[in-house]
Amino acid sequence: MEAYIYDAVRSPRGRGKNDGALHEITPIALVSQVLAALRDRTGIDTADVDDVILGCVTPVGEQGADIARVAVLNADYAETTAGVQINRFCASGLEAVNMAAAKVMSGEADFAIGGGVESMSRIPMASDGGAWATDPAVAYKTYFAPQGIGADLIATKFGFSRTDVDAYAIESQKRAKRAWDEGRFVRSVLPIRDVIGEVVLDHDEHMRPDADMQSLGALKPSFKAMGEDMPGFDAIALQRYPEVERIDHVHHAGNSSGIVDGAAGVLVGSKAMGEKYGLKPRARIRAMGSIGSEPMIMLTGPESIAHKLLKRAGMGKNDIDLWELNEAFASVVLRYMQALDLDHDRINVNGGAIAMGHPLGATGAMVLGTALDELERTGKGTALINLCVGAGMGTGTIIERL
Amino acid sequence: MSNTIRFDVDADGIATLTIDVPGQSMNVIGAEFLTDFSAAIDRLSSDAAVKGAVIASGKASGFMAGMDLKGMEEMLLPQEGGGKLAMATLFDRVFTLNAILRRLETCGKPVACAIEGICVGGGFELALACHYRVVSDSSKVQLGLPEILVGLFPGGGGSQRFPRIAGTQVALMYMLQGKLFRPAEAAAIKVVDAVVPAGTTIEAAKAWLLANPAASVQPWDQKGFKFPGGVGSMNPAFAQTFMGAVPMMAKEAQRNMNAPIALLSAVYEGAQLPMDRAIRIESKYFAKVLAQPQARNMVRSLFVNKQAAERGARRPKDIAPSPTKKLAMLGAGMMGAGIATVAAQAGIEVVLLDRDMAAAEKGKAHAQEVLSKRLGKGMTPEKMADILARITPVTDVADLTGCDFVIEAVFEDPAIKADITKRVEAVLGADTIFGSNTSTLPITGLAKAWSKPENFIGIHFFSPVEKMPLVEIITGEKTGPEAIAKALDFVAQIKKTPIVVSDSRGFYTSRCFSTYVQEGTQMVAEGVNPALIENVGRQLGMPVGPLAVSDEVSIELGHKILAATKRELGSAYKGTRADDVIEQMVVELGRLGRKNGKGFYDYPEGGKKALWPGLTEHFPRAAHQPTPEQVRERLLFRQLIECARCYAEGVLAAPEDGDIGAIFGWGFAPWTGGPFSHMDTLGAAKIVETLDRLAQEQGERFSPTRQLRDMATSGATFYPAKAKAAA
Repeated sequence: MEAYIYDAVRSPRGRGKNDGALHEITPIALVSQVLAALRDRTGIDTADVDDVILGCVTPVGEQGADIARVAVLNADYAETTAGVQINRFCASGLEAVNMAAAKVMSGEADFAIGGGVESMSRIPMASDGGAWATDPAVAYKTYFAPQGIGADLIATKFGFSRTDVDAYAIESQKRAKRAWDEGRFVRSVLPIRDVIGEVVLDHDEHMRPDADMQSLGALKPSFKAMGEDMPGFDAIALQRYPEVERIDHVHHAGNSSGIVDGAAGVLVGSKAMGEKYGLKPRARIRAMGSIGSEPMIMLTGPESIAHKLLKRAGMGKNDIDLWELNEAFASVVLRYMQALDLDHDRINVNGGAIAMGHPLGATGAMVLGTALDELERTGKGTALINLCVGAGMGTGTIIERL
Repeated sequence: MSNTIRFDVDADGIATLTIDVPGQSMNVIGAEFLTDFSAAIDRLSSDAAVKGAVIASGKASGFMAGMDLKGMEEMLLPQEGGGKLAMATLFDRVFTLNAILRRLETCGKPVACAIEGICVGGGFELALACHYRVVSDSSKVQLGLPEILVGLFPGGGGSQRFPRIAGTQVALMYMLQGKLFRPAEAAAIKVVDAVVPAGTTIEAAKAWLLANPAASVQPWDQKGFKFPGGVGSMNPAFAQTFMGAVPMMAKEAQRNMNAPIALLSAVYEGAQLPMDRAIRIESKYFAKVLAQPQARNMVRSLFVNKQAAERGARRPKDIAPSPTKKLAMLGAGMMGAGIATVAAQAGIEVVLLDRDMAAAEKGKAHAQEVLSKRLGKGMTPEKMADILARITPVTDVADLTGCDFVIEAVFEDPAIKADITKRVEAVLGADTIFGSNTSTLPITGLAKAWSKPENFIGIHFFSPVEKMPLVEIITGEKTGPEAIAKALDFVAQIKKTPIVVSDSRGFYTSRCFSTYVQEGTQMVAEGVNPALIENVGRQLGMPVGPLAVSDEVSIELGHKILAATKRELGSAYKGTRADDVIEQMVVELGRLGRKNGKGFYDYPEGGKKALWPGLTEHFPRAAHQPTPEQVRERLLFRQLIECARCYAEGVLAAPEDGDIGAIFGWGFAPWTGGPFSHMDTLGAAKIVETLDRLAQEQGERFSPTRQLRDMATSGATFYPAKAKAAA
């Protein structure tokens, strides 16, 4: 059975600090508005939605206790709609869509929603602990280092200078601004409202369209101190990659993904469901999957999953019209372009997380929606959406516009 | 009847347990002590007349040193009948101490510990299991848990109690570095409760016991105990501590050592458990560490044999002690000045001779500089003045009159050395023992200038003398036992670690160490990525990469030694591709090493050194690069085979000298316990197989010795393979 995408909705991304517009919106309220919009825009009876799968990377506190099921109840879905929260780190939102699609393909679900939520201003990143970084036996065995060290290592190992990564970041900002100016996101972005129904945010708040080489050049590297001095993660990196003399710490807040609040959802369903509600499917899922990669450098999984998905779909590189790779760090995208020999004008054409931010659990669903909007705007056919993932993974999806 | 502990009860009902292990200069924890201690705890617990106890030492040397490591080393040897000890068996053995200390702290009576002098390792762990610790305010007191330095970690409850007293972060810092502390520091981190004048600790402990008759429950056994700094995987400070501790540990130990990571796990897991289970976790990790050959190898070389060497293991037994009273130090250059400094510090009068007064004075000025850096760190202006007063700079050999030992450290030229040797003999006579600090010239040849070559010996120091712990004693063909005894007595006086080797080009240490540098340089010739060479060298456990070493000692010096060797050996010399690199670097490229800021590295002013980018241009990068494992194997086995050759040729008489010399002489990977321990661990068969393959791939320099082949066939090892039957 095929899985079709019927709709995709995302919140705007609010600055992930206590002055961010979405800081006062609880994560449950944020994602409930997204679920309500998916229902209301399509007019479906939520009794036909068998499951809601939501990515959330820090599922503690008010994001804990299966936020997906609680969001279903809070958004007034049918009581019979189940909900499950998942965590594939930065790709959680896309993984949720892939799982929703798998449920439809297998016949387990007629409609399923895949999406995600992360209120980074309210629940700090990494506050869920975990064995990976803190259990010494595990951290040692897996050569744990924070992903910024991996990003800087990618830049060093594959030859990207500070100038290269800064130039990439500026281009991301320019593209995001152009996309907003031209209304390219208008179909998907849902203004978020407060408790009295007023809109608190209707645009991505994190953008810095006026950034230039000079302003970025003034920023201090974010991972130099933890790499070179205390506690000295570079030593771990060189133990795994002894061919590198020393790590050039090129990443900073301006060329890494922004910390933001946001939520997103994608409605996936069978062909029969579309027919039942008279909904035209917007796209079809051609291939999907995840892969593991070397965990210390951590962020090189996307190229592996891209190859795997192309092979699975029986497609060549040139069969993909549009590429999306989450801008976790500039070097990750630069390395992906280098490894797959991609032109910059075919990837992340409307900017990405460096400009607009990366609400961890939701981003995957957001970039899928962004790619779908762009295929529709340009009349192109296929897109490969891809994210690098913590602990060394890659998750990807190939969609085909209908 | 207790042989190691005296149990006295005073009129107030306070028992004093005086530990005095017979036959030992310092109290250590052995089987007999454990039995006695266990019985003492029973009595303390059951005797209603006893209200509490003070634990003290009957030794003037201090409280207690810790586990009897010599006994432990023997316990870790493969047992008669073969086979390694199962981890479960090891657990039962090591848990004994934990169980006893746990009984102590839960015996129902308050226990105080009165610490005078040294209290380290297991001794300190015993103290931590007491309810109160009082320590004397004396410079002789040293406290702490240094087990990590010999390949172990605190396994007598220390890894659990220290964090519960001082917090995880502080405790880890001390335990990971094996850092000892003084009374004031101990009080600041709260591991001791009171610091009192020397000689009054028992009194103070008793006073506390009388004032606190109910203080018999440890804080961690009380309801509502708050772990200092927080605990648990959801506690951000606790999580951060471990996130940081792993890279800090791994940077130091690379990935070669078993004990540091086991310590981290024992603390991480144990801290989250009640004490009864925490000490079991500690013992499980301790058993895991002990089950690996590394623990035995490190304990044997870094502790047991090092100490034996320092106590005169290689000293001829029937020669009367002959400590040096007045030293004739010939040459006031860097080495001579360094030797003069350490000798004067040891209370020896030094006559420091050089060609002119300025040079001799400069040598003394060096001593002043070294000592003044230590002012405030145990050095006082008065002590410094005394030490300096013992150094007399002179220019006339006649002023050497009265010296009872000579060390020569003049220019490395046989003719210059022979000249001064003869002139000194004319003043002191050939009965005086003469030591030469040459690092390269054969002793047998130099000895010809002294009428009684039996009184001539090599005494090779390492630079900087003040810091380097090893002295390599070299016997020439005719060197006699009096010369060996004199040299070893001198080394003992200056508190360094000696090895004794026979004459050979480069002796033992320089000869073997240079192979590390040569192999790294050879790889440069082959176009191996220099960063890979350097990183892998460090990751092998060497202090620095081979190219960095070459820069430090200067490539130019390497070039000079090479030229001299070629001259002497003539057509017998076999050139290597490494020689060509040295030649090109020095002659064509003018890159002499760190001294001119240009070597394999660049040394930007005020910046960090970085590999010279020109290396890639002059020694083009090979298209096919070796794996890190291949580089590691070459750097390691090139050294191993040279050490094995020294043993086969009789340069080394004992593997003990080979292991100690390697670790303390050139920083050979301490995690191995030394090259001979490492070869035993791998097994001669595996060593020969690897060397044969390397010889095939890389050349003859890797060819195994005949002796190794024989050992591979017979299954023999350098060290005795089996535990001696208990005496």
